[in-house]
Amino acid sequence: MGMIPARFDYRQAGSVAEALQLLVSCDDAKLLAGGHSLVPLMKMRLVSPATLIDISGIAELQGVADTGSVLRVGALTRHRVVERSQVVAQHVPLLAHVAGLVGDPQVRNRGTIGGSLVHGDPAADLPSVALATGATMIVTGPAGERRITAADFFVDFLETAVGPDEILTAIEFPKRTGAGFGYEKFVRRSMDYAIVGVAVQAGEQPGIALVNMGSVPRRAEAASQALASGAAVDAVAALAADGTNPPEDLNANADYRRHLASVLTKRALLAAGYR
Amino acid sequence: MSLIGAKVLRKEDPNLITGQGLYVDDLQPAGCAFMATVRSTQPHARIVAVDTSAARSIDGVLAAWTATDIANLPARPSSLPGMDMPLITGDVARFVGDIVAVVVAADRSTAADAAEAVIVDYEPLPAVASLGQALATDAPMIHPVLQGNTVFFQDYTEDLSAEFAAAPRTASLSLVNNRCAPVPIEPNVVLADWGPAGLTVWAAFQAPHHLRNTIAAFFGISQDTTRVIAPDVGGGFGAKINFASEIFLAAALSRALSRPVKYTQTRSECMVAMFHGRAQEHKVDVAFDDSGKILALKVQVTQDQGAYPDATGMGLPVLTTAMSAGCYKIPKVAVSWRNVVTNTTPVAAYRGAGRPEASYMIERVIDLVADETGVDPIEVRKTNFIPADGFPYQTHSPLAVYDSGNFAGALDELLRHVDYPALKAEQAARMADPTEKLLGIGFSSWLEIAGFGPPGSLEAFGHLASWESAQVRVQPDGSAIIYTGASPHGQGTVTTFAQIAADQLGIDFDRISVRHGDTAVIPQGIGTMGSRAVAVGGEGVKTASTRVFERAKKIAAHLLEATEDDIVVENEEFHVRGTPSKSVPWSQVAWKSFQPLELPAGMEPGSLDATVFQQVPNFSFPSGAYCCVVEIDRETGEVEIRNMYLVDDCGTVINPMLVEGQVHGGVAQGIAQALYEHMQYDESGVPRTATLMDYLVPAAPDLPGYVSGRTVTLNPSNTLGAKGVGESGSVGAPPAVINAVVDALSHLGVKHIDMPATPQKIWSILRGSK
Repeated sequence: MGMIPARFDYRQAGSVAEALQLLVSCDDAKLLAGGHSLVPLMKMRLVSPATLIDISGIAELQGVADTGSVLRVGALTRHRVVERSQVVAQHVPLLAHVAGLVGDPQVRNRGTIGGSLVHGDPAADLPSVALATGATMIVTGPAGERRITAADFFVDFLETAVGPDEILTAIEFPKRTGAGFGYEKFVRRSMDYAIVGVAVQAGEQPGIALVNMGSVPRRAEAASQALASGAAVDAVAALAADGTNPPEDLNANADYRRHLASVLTKRALLAAGYR
Repeated sequence: MSLIGAKVLRKEDPNLITGQGLYVDDLQPAGCAFMATVRSTQPHARIVAVDTSAARSIDGVLAAWTATDIANLPARPSSLPGMDMPLITGDVARFVGDIVAVVVAADRSTAADAAEAVIVDYEPLPAVASLGQALATDAPMIHPVLQGNTVFFQDYTEDLSAEFAAAPRTASLSLVNNRCAPVPIEPNVVLADWGPAGLTVWAAFQAPHHLRNTIAAFFGISQDTTRVIAPDVGGGFGAKINFASEIFLAAALSRALSRPVKYTQTRSECMVAMFHGRAQEHKVDVAFDDSGKILALKVQVTQDQGAYPDATGMGLPVLTTAMSAGCYKIPKVAVSWRNVVTNTTPVAAYRGAGRPEASYMIERVIDLVADETGVDPIEVRKTNFIPADGFPYQTHSPLAVYDSGNFAGALDELLRHVDYPALKAEQAARMADPTEKLLGIGFSSWLEIAGFGPPGSLEAFGHLASWESAQVRVQPDGSAIIYTGASPHGQGTVTTFAQIAADQLGIDFDRISVRHGDTAVIPQGIGTMGSRAVAVGGEGVKTASTRVFERAKKIAAHLLEATEDDIVVENEEFHVRGTPSKSVPWSQVAWKSFQPLELPAGMEPGSLDATVFQQVPNFSFPSGAYCCVVEIDRETGEVEIRNMYLVDDCGTVINPMLVEGQVHGGVAQGIAQALYEHMQYDESGVPRTATLMDYLVPAAPDLPGYVSGRTVTLNPSNTLGAKGVGESGSVGAPPAVINAVVDALSHLGVKHIDMPATPQKIWSILRGSK
């Protein structure tokens, strides 16, 4: 019971091309980046891939680049690096702020932004940032690169648009320099996954996205539209849970989650500078 | 200068904080094999078949045992006749976690693979997952020997209907004391090595001699060739007094395989296999007058024992009902209890074991009386306290004769730290402003029974005796080694016992070592539990040290040609009082104590060695007064502890730093029970909180800073005056927290909230009030 994974083969990829090639040649392979989503699942034997392809050493997938209108964050960039990046703090401050709220320092020193997004966990923090800021995922496969908007990226519970032979290589965040932002994360115990979380990105094309309000990370569409059309904070917050089908667990039933979504949306809007 | 009361740094820490401690799992003898378990996934099921053939065929697998392979072994010790917990269950699985098979392999991963390859065919049986289900008419039964699921029932000890009928006021309260998992950082770990010369068992355990004697009896072997070693132990909280089945299985497998067998529980196993704590329901009736004076109390405790009643677990409601009157002089108390089996993990000792349940109950009752009468909770407490000159105090229970205390004094000391009028004013102002968080102020004047114990007290739980052993041996260079039967697992005993010995011997603290945990080296001992190490074991160290010192004085007097009564010791030098120049160092006295030619007539060599089996005439009764201030978010229902004020009375403090550490840890566990932790099962008996993602052990940022005060009433049962402090925080904190939460919500008509007070529960109340 628990803690000891089944046997697996271990391969290291030195480049994206090599990782893609290994994905094709190895049966039942999984990519290993920071391992903070995958390894616990393996230890509980909820997943038992035959092969792990370790991509954590691929240099081209690391770091933050300012390309002018967007910040391009390599998929293997660790949360700690994002959290501490001056460039991120200046141009996508919501991202830097939320990266600093993922798990605890040990998790942030190992976990990667790409790993978190591609896991597609509705309770994770970073998908909401991608959704609220309108990020674009860069995915590389045998046929080359394709770009997927955050809105199209999260497909189902723990499932994203990344194909089995593809790798998420980078995330492009439109610059939000000087715009307000807010992130509210409700937990019973510090450093846990959010029971409910709300990310608000102010400025042009404002966005509100929800954490743990359904089986898939999602934008609060009605609230985001109301915000864009200039509705008052209370009115926007009242729409936060519209169209959601929140999960029920020991911490919160669906009613409570809907309520929390509204409360937290209001708080995040206030933090983002809306009145 | 006395070291009693000195903030001495822990001798244990250099090893432990640099990662150089030695835990059982660190041991890796040559040829060591690994055991893994196959546990029932069913709460209650007939086991139709267990197929180990696939597991056996895996390369490196050495054994795969089912119940038939251990048919010649007894059931788990400490079981109750007819309700025995099998080491491996054969016919029926009775809780999720019941062992169905074990496998042994050459390495840990292969063992895990083999365990996964064992196929168990279950035929589910109807299960009882709660006390309500277990006691329902026609409830499914777990043990055929019982009529229903009640193991034991004690009706009310007295009929108080006349008192209740005559009382000006009465009130009732139903409470749930939530089931908790102990979650020590180190789970159960065992390494058994059965060779031609005997059996050695390294185990994460709190009472190694108790285990050694039990293992020897279990296998029918001699105690002299059976050795148990508890090296560094990473927390126990009472759960490591229990005879985990895995210990006996590892030993049996080592015998069969002729190689060392190690078993390290995974966290997932630990959550369901390590015995749980608390798990009580209370029905309380109280009779009182308009002034808040309590006239009579009726307490009915229903104890969930889990699937297999354990001897220690059976005693929990005995302790709860013994301590039901708390700090209060209540003229009439009647208690009743019932032990009930359910298809859940067995329940036994967990930090406080029966006493936190009592203090929670009576302190909630006090606040209920305050609420009903409109008298301030402080006043209700003061009205009912046993007065400071009222000791010894015979309670309603023959078990509990309170030895000493000053409950009003502790509460007054608490109120020196707490600005109660200002808090009340702030509370009113916040209540009036809907944008503000609600404020709640909760008190607990608590008392527990500790220092186990007087003759007969631990025997009742299956122990050999209730004393504790101490041996003091001065080495030829004048350093000293203390051997204690106490078996620390985080208490700092190595430090406190060296402080006690240093004081008596006049030997430097740095030249005193304290050894424990190895039955081959330590005189027969009892162990560390029930806040007894210092109060009993520490007293033993003092007694033995005093005996050794008296003999050393004789030798020094002989060497100095002086009379014994004139000899004093200072800076490790014996000298004649008033004549410091006439002196002999401790090292010389020690050296010569081994040389017959140097000794006074009639003195044997090696006399600076004394062994004591320290008895105490009574339990000890640590007490205190706590205050918790909470803020409640009106929108989310979240409770935040703003302040926690703690006044402890543990008698003499040996080391204030260690006392503070014990109190902080205990309070953290108490807060955890009040706000976070709850081991839950679904209606069918499947655990819902079997991982640390769902079972919320709070983290450091979730806990407040503490303000600590102290009062001291001495323990009259030992010369140290120390009462013990290991369980205090877990006894005192839960009622303070819940009283504060209820106080914050009482304007909404709230009389009680069961633990843990989760945000969703409170939000539901707040929403309902709108």
